Amino acid sequence: MGAFDSLWLIPILPLIGATVNGVFGKRLPKNVIGTLAAGSVGLSFLISLRAFVAMLALPQTGLPILRDYFTWIQAGTFQAQFGLMLDQLSGLMILIVTGVGFLIHIYSIGYMSHEEGFYRYFSYLNLFVFFMLTLVLANNYLLMFVGWEGVGLCSYLLIGFWFSKKSAADAGKKAFVVNRVGDFGFILAIMLIYRTFERVDFQSVFSRVEDVSLFPVEPLGTVGVLTTICLLLFVGAAGKSAQFPLYVWLPDAMEGPTPVSALIHAATMVTAGVYMVARSAALYNHAPGALFVVAVVGVFTAIYAASIGLVQTDIKKVLAYSTVSQLGYMFLGCGAGVYAAGVFHLMTHAFFKALLFLGAGSVIHGMGGIQDIRQMGGLRRHMPWTYRTFLVGTLAIAGIPGLAGFFSKDAVLEAAWSHAAYGKLLWAVGVIAAGFTSFYMFRLLILTFYGAPRYSEHDVHHVHESPSSMVVPLIILAIFSIVAGYIDIPHFLTPASLETEREAVSSSTGILLTAASTTVALLGFALAYLFYVARPGLPDRLAARAHAMYSILVNKYYVDELYDAIIVWPIVQTSRELLWKVVDTLMIDGAVNAVGRLVRGSASGLKHMQSGYVRTYAGWILFGGVLVVAWFLR
Amino acid sequence: MIPIGWYLILSAILFLIGVLGFFIKRNIIALLLSVEIMLNAVNLTFVAFSLQHGKISGQIFVFFVLVVAAAEAAVGLALVIAMFRNRESLNVDRSNLLKW
Repeated sequence: MGAFDSLWLIPILPLIGATVNGVFGKRLPKNVIGTLAAGSVGLSFLISLRAFVAMLALPQTGLPILRDYFTWIQAGTFQAQFGLMLDQLSGLMILIVTGVGFLIHIYSIGYMSHEEGFYRYFSYLNLFVFFMLTLVLANNYLLMFVGWEGVGLCSYLLIGFWFSKKSAADAGKKAFVVNRVGDFGFILAIMLIYRTFERVDFQSVFSRVEDVSLFPVEPLGTVGVLTTICLLLFVGAAGKSAQFPLYVWLPDAMEGPTPVSALIHAATMVTAGVYMVARSAALYNHAPGALFVVAVVGVFTAIYAASIGLVQTDIKKVLAYSTVSQLGYMFLGCGAGVYAAGVFHLMTHAFFKALLFLGAGSVIHGMGGIQDIRQMGGLRRHMPWTYRTFLVGTLAIAGIPGLAGFFSKDAVLEAAWSHAAYGKLLWAVGVIAAGFTSFYMFRLLILTFYGAPRYSEHDVHHVHESPSSMVVPLIILAIFSIVAGYIDIPHFLTPASLETEREAVSSSTGILLTAASTTVALLGFALAYLFYVARPGLPDRLAARAHAMYSILVNKYYVDELYDAIIVWPIVQTSRELLWKVVDTLMIDGAVNAVGRLVRGSASGLKHMQSGYVRTYAGWILFGGVLVVAWFLR
Repeated sequence: MIPIGWYLILSAILFLIGVLGFFIKRNIIALLLSVEIMLNAVNLTFVAFSLQHGKISGQIFVFFVLVVAAAEAAVGLALVIAMFRNRESLNVDRSNLLKW
């Protein structure tokens, strides 16, 4: 069997794992469940690797590799295949999904070992991997949408994994509802794509849009059909990838188990939006207006979320806002027209953010459930391996030269700089956000692992290093967080037509830009050192001095409160006061009850016809007979 | 030939006797007899029309009615016996439990 003929096995294997664990998991021992779940993803990773290597050997003209398995929908002229597509972009994505996914499955075996719903957890996690692989391998928008909805469902199930806790159930609901808004945009975009191109598969759509005589590039500031499609697609991407203003679900999603936050809400699912924009590059290249919106929303989200991250005190919340911010970077790269830079950052981010989340999980595990960094400190001595890997992750995300994040962030910022219209501005905001990132990450590192312990021995018995099933994935991810930057992903992705024409940044400017972003990263570190090591009283005094600013940040710009006031509250009130009390109780229930009362009232009179006397009945028959005769004689 | 009107008048008189009997009598056997009279009044009409139109179908229908009447009599009398065993009475006005 050739390397590409087994393409279908890549998504199917995790689905088999999910089905077996979901159906029989209750009766299986935990080690069987764990082996099955991790094994199916691991096997899927090996097949992906084989297909990827085989793909690299092919000439560019042989790509993409397409496999149609069956016709999924056939209605009139509309046709959607269940077909998979492998090219550089989807090849890279399946490696990330199965590779990082496999490590997180291994980690979960240790992390979730004491859980009641062990089999349920792994069933959901495998199902997620299946849907994510469907999303990235799909060869048409509609199948991609199936994967898109599927990962949303798994995200909902896993955020609400501890569903008996109200906050977890609410967070799952919030994620689902906010994602619905985005998905609405996505499905409108698919409809418009079908209307415009009469096809939904990527190959046909992209080859048709290349025809400039039919689909001229719509200049900045005009909104034609392509711009509309791209903006609607971006609404979907913003929902899934937690961009402003639809980011609100991601921080709450931290209610789920930490490995889930690592896999779904950092490394893979939330990057689906970036993948989708990069996949639709051919469309976006014809809609500079939409591309500019992507860049602006991306860079705004980057700095906005980073600023909230500065003051968070929950270890997972800091990482959550960091994820939102980094996703903004990816969109900045895409929006600047250098999709490859965005995807490059997607890849390195998958490694170091998964590493940081798993490290945070290890800390929470060792601390017996405490997540507040104000109650940590000094964990370096108790959890040496967690500390070392977390340090690598921090250095990588902060953009310290030599590690993965440095290269990809540099690529993104360079792309921003080269943006035709507002390059300098986009770049400047991006660099400030990079400084914020560096500051809050070193703050997190220092407060967690350095200094004197701030937890009481009374609350936390025996802080301990995590088992090897958790530490080994951390080490592997740490290695990738260092080396992933040296793989020239932008160059590798370029053949997948992911470039817009632009002026190349000259090498001297490039060095200057790199120097600037590195300086900012080091500045962030220096500030964090000053605030939390050299002058520990300084943060509190600063918070007291700039009280208004501080409380805005701590309260996350009051966006949740704002959404509550302008969206949630009116809907709840309308539902309660009008729909429930008037429409439901008065009108619907009232009508049903009135019919009931009518029947009952008339029956209470009419029932006396049934007297029990045979001759009464005979009388009624006679009466009826007379009526019939009278009718005929009329 | 006797005109059809006479047959019909006789039939109507018989039917009326059956109806009146059904409503006046209380003995359940008398009620069954009244039903038989009504059935036979109808039979007479069938036969009369059969003769009038020279068609055999009316007479065939009478056989069906006779068969049904026989079956009805068998079931009806069995019910009468069952009723008498329970109540030691044949008065239909005393059997009125099945009601609202």
